[in-house]
Amino acid sequence: MSRYFTDEHEWIDVSGDIATVGITDYAQEQLGDIVFVELPAEGKVFAKGDDAAVVESVKAASDVYAPISGEVVEANGALEDEPALVNSDAEEDGWFFKLRLTDTSELDELMDEAAYKEFVANL
Amino acid sequence: MRYLPLSDADRAAMLDVIGASSVEALFADVPAAALLDGPVPGLPAHASEMAVQRHMAALAGQNMAAGSVPFFLGAGAYKHHVPASVDHLIQRGEFLTAYTPYQPEIAQGTLQVLFEFQTQVARLYGMDVANASMYDGSTACWEAIVMARRVTKRGKGLLSSGLHPHYVSVAGTMAKFTGDVLVHGAPALTAETDAEALIAAIDRDTSCVVVQYPDILGRITDLTPIAEAAHAAGALLIAVVTEPLALGAIRSPGEMGADIVVGEGQSIGVGLQFGGPYLGLFACKEKLVRQMPGRLCGQTVDAEGKRGFVLTLSTREQHIRREKATSNICTNSGLCALAFSIHMTLLGERGLRDLAALNHAKAVKAAERLAQVPGVSLLNDGFFNEFTLVLPKDAREAARALADRHILGGVSLGRLYPGETGLANGLVVAVTETVTDEDVEALANGLTEVLA
Amino acid sequence: MSMLKEGRPTAPVAVEQGDAIPATFTGNRGLMLEEALIFELGDDRTTGVDLEPAPAAPSRLGGLDRSAPIGLAGLSEPETVRHYTRLSRQNYGIDLGVFPLGSCTMKHNPRLNESVARLPGFADVHPLQPVSTVQGALGVMEQLSDWLLKLTNMAAVALSPKAGAHGELCGLLAIRAALEAQGDARSVILVPESAHGTNPATAAFCGYRVEDIPATEDGRVNVAALTARLGPDVAAVMITNPNTCGLFERDMKVIADAVHGVGAFVYCDGANFNAIVGRVRPGDLGVDAMHINLHKTFSTPHGGGGPGSGPVVLSAALAPYAPLPFVERGEDGSLHLIEEETAGEHHAGSFGRMTAFHGQMGMYTRALTYMLSHGNDGLRQVSGDAVLNANYVLRSLEGVLDAPFGAAGPCMHEALFSDKGLAEGFSTIDVAKGLIDEGFHPMTMYFPLVVHGAMLVEPTETESKAGLDQFIGALRSVATRAKNGDPSLKGAPHFAPRRRLDETQAARKPVLSWTPPAPAEAAE
Repeated sequence: MSRYFTDEHEWIDVSGDIATVGITDYAQEQLGDIVFVELPAEGKVFAKGDDAAVVESVKAASDVYAPISGEVVEANGALEDEPALVNSDAEEDGWFFKLRLTDTSELDELMDEAAYKEFVANL
Repeated sequence: MRYLPLSDADRAAMLDVIGASSVEALFADVPAAALLDGPVPGLPAHASEMAVQRHMAALAGQNMAAGSVPFFLGAGAYKHHVPASVDHLIQRGEFLTAYTPYQPEIAQGTLQVLFEFQTQVARLYGMDVANASMYDGSTACWEAIVMARRVTKRGKGLLSSGLHPHYVSVAGTMAKFTGDVLVHGAPALTAETDAEALIAAIDRDTSCVVVQYPDILGRITDLTPIAEAAHAAGALLIAVVTEPLALGAIRSPGEMGADIVVGEGQSIGVGLQFGGPYLGLFACKEKLVRQMPGRLCGQTVDAEGKRGFVLTLSTREQHIRREKATSNICTNSGLCALAFSIHMTLLGERGLRDLAALNHAKAVKAAERLAQVPGVSLLNDGFFNEFTLVLPKDAREAARALADRHILGGVSLGRLYPGETGLANGLVVAVTETVTDEDVEALANGLTEVLA
Repeated sequence: MSMLKEGRPTAPVAVEQGDAIPATFTGNRGLMLEEALIFELGDDRTTGVDLEPAPAAPSRLGGLDRSAPIGLAGLSEPETVRHYTRLSRQNYGIDLGVFPLGSCTMKHNPRLNESVARLPGFADVHPLQPVSTVQGALGVMEQLSDWLLKLTNMAAVALSPKAGAHGELCGLLAIRAALEAQGDARSVILVPESAHGTNPATAAFCGYRVEDIPATEDGRVNVAALTARLGPDVAAVMITNPNTCGLFERDMKVIADAVHGVGAFVYCDGANFNAIVGRVRPGDLGVDAMHINLHKTFSTPHGGGGPGSGPVVLSAALAPYAPLPFVERGEDGSLHLIEEETAGEHHAGSFGRMTAFHGQMGMYTRALTYMLSHGNDGLRQVSGDAVLNANYVLRSLEGVLDAPFGAAGPCMHEALFSDKGLAEGFSTIDVAKGLIDEGFHPMTMYFPLVVHGAMLVEPTETESKAGLDQFIGALRSVATRAKNGDPSLKGAPHFAPRRRLDETQAARKPVLSWTPPAPAEAAE
């Protein structure tokens, strides 16, 4: 399994043709206390860059974009009851949704962990 | 200028601090061509409190106050007795001159009232949650239709022909611009509502069915079968209540399966005021709350763990979501909500039930009496405090002739449905606790005269 | 002598208790009173009203008689009066002190307005009475319209919008109706970054795509960027003038001419009309539509968040599309209400109806009373004093708080500051909460969005110099504490009915109505 990052502060774990998507620890820290996560329905098909989910703090609502194209196969229902998971464990249990990839070549444009760390350090 | 505390000496001292030569100099950014060098032409100069009072009282004197004559108008606005303490309390400066509770530490008064108000409205409607109020019933109705579109992702609303024509008109105006499809027509002068036709019209494109309860002609219909049919097709039932007092006597829309209940709250605590400000009520099932428009007040704790209240779920609203907001609404009807809530507290469960029973009994007696007027018949089988009389002639002319006799006898359907000749003889008559036996006799006799 | 020693002590006695504040049995602290919810105080049997018994009559409720309880709680009248009086004391209002909430125009609410609105001839009139019985009410609408038109130099006014945002909707619908009548549907509305959130929300609601216009470094609309973006797809530009940074848009006329040049319209958000009323008429600046918040400029009470009132003035180009209803004086000298029944071919262009009846009559009477009280000379003084007070605040805090546009010249009716220069970890909210302890309502926080940590101070014209001096002193003191990193400020407010509230908890687990405590909890 390999982990990729986007400059929109999403992480993507790819295992076979299934990609698990979440927001990065850096992003959750910037957003503050997460109070609500709106997740996509199973079966929904996204092109790269589509609005895929919404993450809300008390004072802001942020769109989460589909980092790659694919069809939603699962959403993290645990976030509906426990949005604070995004704060406490953004890059593991706080995942948002899983996609079945349609175009693995899109992964080539994404960053690896070292590149993302450098990207954040320069913000 | 009694509302302006600065003296000329103050102004001079302040200009000194600012480093400006005159107040006019502070307007330097305004292009000279657009800056008037004296008072706006064509308007009078300032006036004393007494002179203004006199001017306004003269205008008020040209109106026929409802309380000064036998009065039977309803159709979305109702005359009820409001206890004296309501108006006294809403004029406390801490309520009257407060702003939206954006600083909750010094707005717990307003916030707790809103929390209590939301609870009262939700319970009256038989729903899970209510918001902190909208402009009025008609705009709340449109917001509900838009909300149903967001929830169902469908764009066709079926409006019952018993829905207040002004509510239909507001929704129709908005829909022209948003692209929503609204299906509606004028009511028929029959005792039965259009419930069966509505059910038959529901299809897989339907986002919502909008039913007024009791309806514009005062008729009451069981919402249960409409709710079931709507849900079977994946649509929502929106119930619209223009006379909230009715729910003290009849089953709540929530009990009958409504998904969203909206309405006018004016009846409780808010006077007639020639149509506004009024109070839009808006409630829904809990699972729909994040699609709801308008302000919401929620319970929480402060830094010391004490219970307190804040505005919450604001990410739905325009100041955060901007073009993605659920609505552009930015105010509520705060002071009217306060009046509603105080009146509701004074009534309580028992008072509301008793007041509703009193309204209904008076209306039943009045309907019986008025149906005895030669040529007049009662349309309704069931009704609460409002019913429709069918006259032997155009009801608009009759209403005007009654007004000439200092009787405000009802709302003519011709006024509400211009051009619908089949409705022209209908007169909608509301009978509340403010109507006396003498008033009913006066109307019966007046009708006898104007119809002769 | 007779040594009478009875009676109470007449001077305080020195007591050794340190700084400890004793807890009280009730949780009250003298005049700061706790108050439970009506559902905890009342029950389903108590009522505060006496009703005549219902006459004997059969039920004709169509078989839908209510059987289930509603779940309401009632209180007697004295308990009710006390409940709401106690709650009122947990609120701050204009009546208590300076309320410098930028963009909201919290000015004194004259009590003459209140008594006039309660005259039975206004308060107790039904909207559907025959028009022969409401000539005075229509007269108020006619006179109010006349004032608004002359103050703005516009062609027509739609009174019915219920609030500012509803007025925006009215203006945009009129624009859309006008464009559609020309067979020229356009898709884009341009909105400056500094706009109120209602502007983009309204535009989107009307089916338009919203595009941002950038600001210049001095806080105004970037005219070059705006004119570059204008084209045949632009329906309108929405501009707030004076803008949300408290500055007059000097180039308004230039912008309006450019907008008109491409066949589009200018919508002006009139939220800040108080700064220019009686001196500048928006019609002279090329505006096509502007809402006027009667609850701001014309002193109708804010009431804890409404009701507002948002009449919209329209240019000659938009006048034919004004919504129903409105008032016209007939040839016979009487006033007519133009609604669906009477609109006919003469008003066929009207885009329709925005609300069930005729708008906020209770606000029309108050606003007209205010206008008549001030007159044209007084209204000119209103804007003059409002701008003077704001500039006095701006200059008196120089060197204390960062004023991002302070160097550019005078502001209009509000002074904009930022949190730049506060100690690490301190922000606008700490200054605001510190002001609460000083007995003031805070300024608007974090708006406009174009300025980091914005603090928008709008004193209005109804503050005295002495009142402003005290406010300035307090703000200076709190700002200094924030610059010095005074940790006690992070805990402010210390002296309000509540400390800072947990908004995160409120949003994560929303509790939006009262539910009885669970039995186990109640037994504790």
